[in-house]
Amino acid sequence: MAINGSAPNGRAPRSFKLMIVDDSNIMRRRIERSQQFDELELVGTAGNGVDAIELFRRTDPDVVTMDLTMPQMDGIECIAKLVELKPAVRILVISALADKATAVEAMEKGANGFLNKPFTDRQLNEAIAELIRE
Amino acid sequence: MLQEQELKTFVEGTTNYFEVAAQQPASIGSPYLTEGSPAVHDYTGIISISGKREGIVYFTAPRAMLTVLLMKMQENDFSHETMRDLVGEVANTISGNARRDFGRDFIISVPSVLAGEKPEIPLPPGTRSFVIPINWRSHSAKLVVSLK
Repeated sequence: MAINGSAPNGRAPRSFKLMIVDDSNIMRRRIERSQQFDELELVGTAGNGVDAIELFRRTDPDVVTMDLTMPQMDGIECIAKLVELKPAVRILVISALADKATAVEAMEKGANGFLNKPFTDRQLNEAIAELIRE
Repeated sequence: MLQEQELKTFVEGTTNYFEVAAQQPASIGSPYLTEGSPAVHDYTGIISISGKREGIVYFTAPRAMLTVLLMKMQENDFSHETMRDLVGEVANTISGNARRDFGRDFIISVPSVLAGEKPEIPLPPGTRSFVIPINWRSHSAKLVVSLK
Protein backbone atom coordinates (compact mmCIF):
# COMPACT_ATOMS: atom_id res chain seq x y z
CA MET A 1 0.00 0.00 0.00
CA ALA A 2 1.42 3.35 -0.94
CA ILE A 3 0.83 6.41 1.16
CA ASN A 4 0.07 9.53 -0.83
CA GLY A 5 0.75 13.04 0.32
CA SER A 6 -2.56 14.85 0.69
CA ALA A 7 -3.23 17.82 -1.51
CA PRO A 8 -6.31 19.44 0.00
CA ASN A 9 -5.71 22.66 -1.87
CA GLY A 10 -5.67 20.91 -5.24
CA ARG A 11 -1.93 21.22 -5.74
CA ALA A 12 0.03 18.15 -6.76
CA PRO A 13 1.71 16.44 -3.82
CA ARG A 14 5.28 17.61 -3.39
CA SER A 15 7.96 15.06 -4.21
CA PHE A 16 11.08 14.53 -2.13
CA LYS A 17 14.46 13.08 -2.99
CA LEU A 18 15.49 10.45 -0.45
CA MET A 19 19.00 9.33 0.55
CA ILE A 20 19.55 6.32 2.87
CA VAL A 21 22.72 6.16 4.99
CA ASP A 22 23.53 3.00 6.95
CA ASP A 23 26.61 0.75 7.09
CA SER A 24 24.39 -2.33 6.82
CA ASN A 25 23.27 -3.38 3.35
CA ILE A 26 20.38 -5.24 4.96
CA MET A 27 19.17 -2.08 6.70
CA ARG A 28 19.52 0.04 3.57
CA ARG A 29 17.43 -2.44 1.57
CA ARG A 30 14.94 -2.78 4.42
CA ILE A 31 14.33 0.97 4.61
CA GLU A 32 14.03 1.23 0.83
CA ARG A 33 11.60 -1.69 0.66
CA SER A 34 9.49 -0.74 3.66
CA GLN A 35 8.91 2.94 3.05
CA GLN A 36 5.53 3.39 1.41
CA PHE A 37 5.52 6.96 0.17
CA ASP A 38 4.86 7.62 -3.50
CA GLU A 39 6.33 11.07 -3.18
CA LEU A 40 9.75 9.78 -2.09
CA GLU A 41 12.24 9.14 -4.88
CA LEU A 42 15.36 7.26 -3.79
CA VAL A 43 18.41 9.03 -5.22
CA GLY A 44 21.08 6.91 -3.56
CA THR A 45 22.41 5.04 -0.56
CA ALA A 46 25.68 5.30 1.36
CA GLY A 47 27.46 3.11 3.90
CA ASN A 48 29.35 5.76 5.86
CA GLY A 49 29.41 9.49 6.50
CA VAL A 50 32.15 10.29 3.99
CA ASP A 51 30.33 8.61 1.11
CA ALA A 52 27.07 10.18 2.28
CA ILE A 53 28.45 13.71 1.95
CA GLU A 54 29.81 13.01 -1.52
CA LEU A 55 26.47 11.52 -2.59
CA PHE A 56 24.60 14.42 -0.99
CA ARG A 57 26.58 16.97 -3.02
CA ARG A 58 25.79 15.09 -6.25
CA THR A 59 22.11 14.34 -5.68
CA ASP A 60 20.83 17.13 -3.40
CA PRO A 61 18.32 15.05 -1.42
CA ASP A 62 15.49 16.59 0.61
CA VAL A 63 15.09 13.73 3.07
CA VAL A 64 17.83 11.58 4.63
CA THR A 65 17.67 8.54 6.88
CA MET A 66 20.86 8.40 8.93
CA ASP A 67 22.50 5.64 10.95
CA LEU A 68 24.85 6.82 13.71
CA THR A 69 27.42 4.07 14.34
CA MET A 70 29.34 3.87 11.07
CA PRO A 71 32.99 3.57 9.98
CA GLN A 72 35.04 6.53 8.71
CA MET A 73 32.59 9.23 9.76
CA ASP A 74 29.78 8.67 12.23
CA GLY A 75 26.23 9.89 11.79
CA ILE A 76 26.40 12.76 14.28
CA GLU A 77 29.30 14.41 12.42
CA CYS A 78 27.64 13.69 9.09
CA ILE A 79 24.36 15.32 10.17
CA ALA A 80 26.18 18.53 11.05
CA LYS A 81 27.90 18.62 7.65
CA LEU A 82 24.70 17.90 5.70
CA VAL A 83 22.85 20.67 7.55
CA GLU A 84 25.71 23.05 6.71
CA LEU A 85 25.33 22.15 3.04
CA LYS A 86 21.54 22.37 3.03
CA PRO A 87 19.84 23.79 6.12
CA ALA A 88 16.38 22.72 4.88
CA VAL A 89 17.26 19.01 4.63
CA ARG A 90 15.03 16.75 6.75
CA ILE A 91 16.97 14.06 8.59
CA LEU A 92 15.55 10.99 10.33
CA VAL A 93 18.09 9.22 12.52
CA ILE A 94 17.61 5.44 12.51
CA SER A 95 19.94 4.00 15.12
CA ALA A 96 20.32 1.29 17.73
CA LEU A 97 21.75 3.84 20.19
CA ALA A 98 18.90 4.14 22.64
CA ASP A 99 20.11 6.65 25.23
CA LYS A 100 18.41 10.01 25.44
CA ALA A 101 21.65 12.01 25.35
CA THR A 102 22.49 10.69 21.88
CA ALA A 103 19.02 11.53 20.57
CA VAL A 104 19.31 15.04 22.01
CA GLU A 105 22.76 15.53 20.46
CA ALA A 106 21.51 14.38 17.06
CA MET A 107 18.59 16.80 17.23
CA GLU A 108 20.90 19.62 18.29
CA LYS A 109 23.10 18.94 15.26
CA GLY A 110 20.06 19.26 13.01
CA ALA A 111 18.20 15.95 12.88
CA ASN A 112 14.42 16.21 12.73
CA GLY A 113 13.42 12.79 14.05
CA PHE A 114 14.81 9.73 15.79
CA LEU A 115 13.77 6.09 15.33
CA ASN A 116 15.35 3.28 17.31
CA LYS A 117 16.35 -0.03 15.79
CA PRO A 118 14.82 -2.54 15.69
CA PHE A 119 11.66 -1.04 14.18
CA THR A 120 8.50 -2.21 12.49
CA ASP A 121 7.39 -1.07 9.03
CA ARG A 122 4.63 0.90 10.69
CA GLN A 123 7.05 2.74 12.99
CA LEU A 124 9.28 3.56 10.03
CA ASN A 125 6.42 4.95 7.96
CA GLU A 126 5.04 6.97 10.85
CA ALA A 127 8.46 8.49 11.44
CA ILE A 128 8.89 9.37 7.75
CA ALA A 129 5.34 10.79 7.59
CA GLU A 130 6.19 13.02 10.53
CA LEU A 131 9.32 14.16 8.72
CA ILE A 132 7.71 15.14 5.43
CA ARG A 133 4.46 16.46 6.87
CA GLU A 134 5.83 19.98 7.34
CA MET B 1 31.63 -8.07 36.25
CA LEU B 2 28.04 -7.76 35.12
CA GLN B 3 25.36 -7.04 37.69
CA GLU B 4 22.01 -8.83 37.57
CA GLN B 5 20.15 -5.73 36.37
CA GLU B 6 22.75 -5.17 33.65
CA LEU B 7 22.36 -8.74 32.48
CA LYS B 8 18.60 -8.17 32.34
CA THR B 9 19.23 -5.27 29.96
CA PHE B 10 20.85 -7.64 27.45
CA VAL B 11 18.19 -10.31 27.90
CA GLU B 12 15.47 -7.74 27.23
CA GLY B 13 17.39 -6.35 24.25
CA THR B 14 17.65 -9.82 22.76
CA THR B 15 13.97 -10.56 23.36
CA ASN B 16 12.99 -7.24 21.80
CA TYR B 17 15.18 -7.82 18.75
CA PHE B 18 13.50 -11.07 17.81
CA GLU B 19 10.01 -9.81 18.60
CA VAL B 20 10.38 -6.73 16.42
CA ALA B 21 12.90 -7.61 13.69
CA ALA B 22 11.92 -11.25 13.23
CA GLN B 23 8.28 -10.77 14.29
CA GLN B 24 8.53 -13.98 16.24
CA PRO B 25 9.65 -14.14 19.87
CA ALA B 26 12.71 -16.11 20.86
CA SER B 27 12.88 -18.24 23.95
CA ILE B 28 15.73 -17.04 26.12
CA GLY B 29 17.40 -19.70 28.28
CA SER B 30 18.89 -19.11 31.71
CA PRO B 31 22.07 -17.05 31.40
CA TYR B 32 25.18 -18.68 32.80
CA LEU B 33 28.69 -17.63 33.66
CA THR B 34 31.65 -19.25 31.99
CA GLU B 35 35.44 -19.01 31.93
CA GLY B 36 37.14 -18.33 28.60
CA SER B 37 35.43 -17.91 25.25
CA PRO B 38 32.31 -19.96 24.70
CA ALA B 39 32.17 -21.91 21.43
CA VAL B 40 30.87 -20.00 18.46
CA HIS B 41 28.55 -20.91 15.58
CA ASP B 42 29.07 -20.26 11.85
CA TYR B 43 28.86 -16.47 12.07
CA THR B 44 29.77 -14.15 14.94
CA GLY B 45 29.25 -10.40 15.15
CA ILE B 46 31.46 -8.72 17.74
CA ILE B 47 31.09 -5.28 19.31
CA SER B 48 33.94 -3.82 21.35
CA ILE B 49 32.85 -1.80 24.35
CA SER B 50 34.81 1.11 25.77
CA GLY B 51 34.13 4.09 28.01
CA LYS B 52 32.68 3.45 31.42
CA ARG B 53 32.78 -0.33 30.75
CA GLU B 54 35.31 -2.33 28.79
CA GLY B 55 34.92 -5.62 27.01
CA ILE B 56 33.00 -7.22 24.20
CA VAL B 57 29.48 -8.26 23.31
CA TYR B 58 28.99 -10.83 20.59
CA PHE B 59 26.14 -12.59 18.86
CA THR B 60 26.89 -15.96 17.30
CA ALA B 61 24.48 -18.02 15.21
CA PRO B 62 24.37 -20.87 12.72
CA ARG B 63 23.84 -20.16 9.05
CA ALA B 64 20.50 -22.00 9.05
CA MET B 65 19.08 -19.69 11.69
CA LEU B 66 20.34 -16.58 9.93
CA THR B 67 18.77 -17.77 6.67
CA VAL B 68 15.34 -18.05 8.29
CA LEU B 69 15.82 -14.72 10.04
CA LEU B 70 16.58 -13.07 6.71
CA MET B 71 13.47 -14.66 5.18
CA LYS B 72 11.37 -13.26 8.02
CA MET B 73 12.87 -9.86 7.26
CA GLN B 74 11.73 -10.17 3.61
CA GLU B 75 15.36 -10.30 2.52
CA ASN B 76 16.14 -12.37 -0.56
CA ASP B 77 19.92 -12.22 -0.54
CA PHE B 78 21.38 -15.14 1.42
CA SER B 79 25.00 -14.66 0.47
CA HIS B 80 27.97 -15.00 2.80
CA GLU B 81 28.26 -11.19 2.87
CA THR B 82 24.63 -10.81 3.92
CA MET B 83 25.09 -13.36 6.73
CA ARG B 84 28.09 -11.35 7.95
CA ASP B 85 26.07 -8.16 7.70
CA LEU B 86 23.21 -9.67 9.71
CA VAL B 87 25.24 -10.96 12.68
CA GLY B 88 26.98 -7.60 12.86
CA GLU B 89 23.67 -5.77 12.80
CA VAL B 90 22.14 -7.97 15.51
CA ALA B 91 25.17 -7.45 17.78
CA ASN B 92 25.12 -3.72 17.05
CA THR B 93 21.40 -3.38 17.73
CA ILE B 94 21.41 -5.25 21.04
CA SER B 95 24.55 -3.43 22.24
CA GLY B 96 23.26 -0.04 21.13
CA ASN B 97 19.91 -0.62 22.82
CA ALA B 98 21.78 -1.33 26.07
CA ARG B 99 22.73 2.35 26.19
CA ARG B 100 19.17 3.03 27.29
CA ASP B 101 20.29 1.70 30.70
CA PHE B 102 24.09 2.07 30.57
CA GLY B 103 24.07 5.63 29.19
CA ARG B 104 26.10 7.25 26.44
CA ASP B 105 29.46 6.46 28.04
CA PHE B 106 28.86 2.85 27.11
CA ILE B 107 30.66 3.31 23.79
CA ILE B 108 30.14 0.68 21.11
CA SER B 109 32.37 0.02 18.10
CA VAL B 110 31.24 -0.78 14.59
CA PRO B 111 30.82 -4.56 14.30
CA SER B 112 33.61 -6.92 13.36
CA VAL B 113 32.59 -10.32 12.05
CA LEU B 114 34.15 -13.77 12.20
CA ALA B 115 32.89 -16.54 9.98
CA GLY B 116 33.78 -19.97 8.74
CA GLU B 117 36.46 -20.85 11.20
CA LYS B 118 36.03 -21.72 14.88
CA PRO B 119 38.03 -18.94 16.42
CA GLU B 120 38.83 -18.18 20.00
CA ILE B 121 37.30 -14.79 20.64
CA PRO B 122 39.86 -12.66 22.50
CA LEU B 123 38.39 -11.63 25.83
CA PRO B 124 39.68 -8.77 27.93
CA PRO B 125 41.94 -10.08 30.71
CA GLY B 126 40.27 -10.54 34.04
CA THR B 127 36.75 -10.89 32.71
CA ARG B 128 34.34 -13.76 32.69
CA SER B 129 31.57 -14.16 30.16
CA PHE B 130 27.85 -14.34 30.61
CA VAL B 131 26.21 -16.51 27.97
CA ILE B 132 22.59 -15.81 27.08
CA PRO B 133 21.17 -18.83 25.20
CA ILE B 134 18.73 -17.94 22.42
CA ASN B 135 16.32 -20.49 21.00
CA TRP B 136 14.35 -19.36 18.00
CA ARG B 137 12.19 -21.70 15.97
CA SER B 138 14.32 -24.87 15.86
CA HIS B 139 17.63 -23.02 16.06
CA SER B 140 20.02 -22.10 18.85
CA ALA B 141 22.29 -19.07 19.07
CA LYS B 142 24.05 -17.15 21.84
CA LEU B 143 24.63 -13.64 22.99
CA VAL B 144 27.85 -13.43 25.00
CA VAL B 145 28.54 -10.45 27.24
CA SER B 146 32.01 -10.04 28.71
CA LEU B 147 32.47 -6.71 30.47
CA LYS B 148 34.74 -5.28 33.14
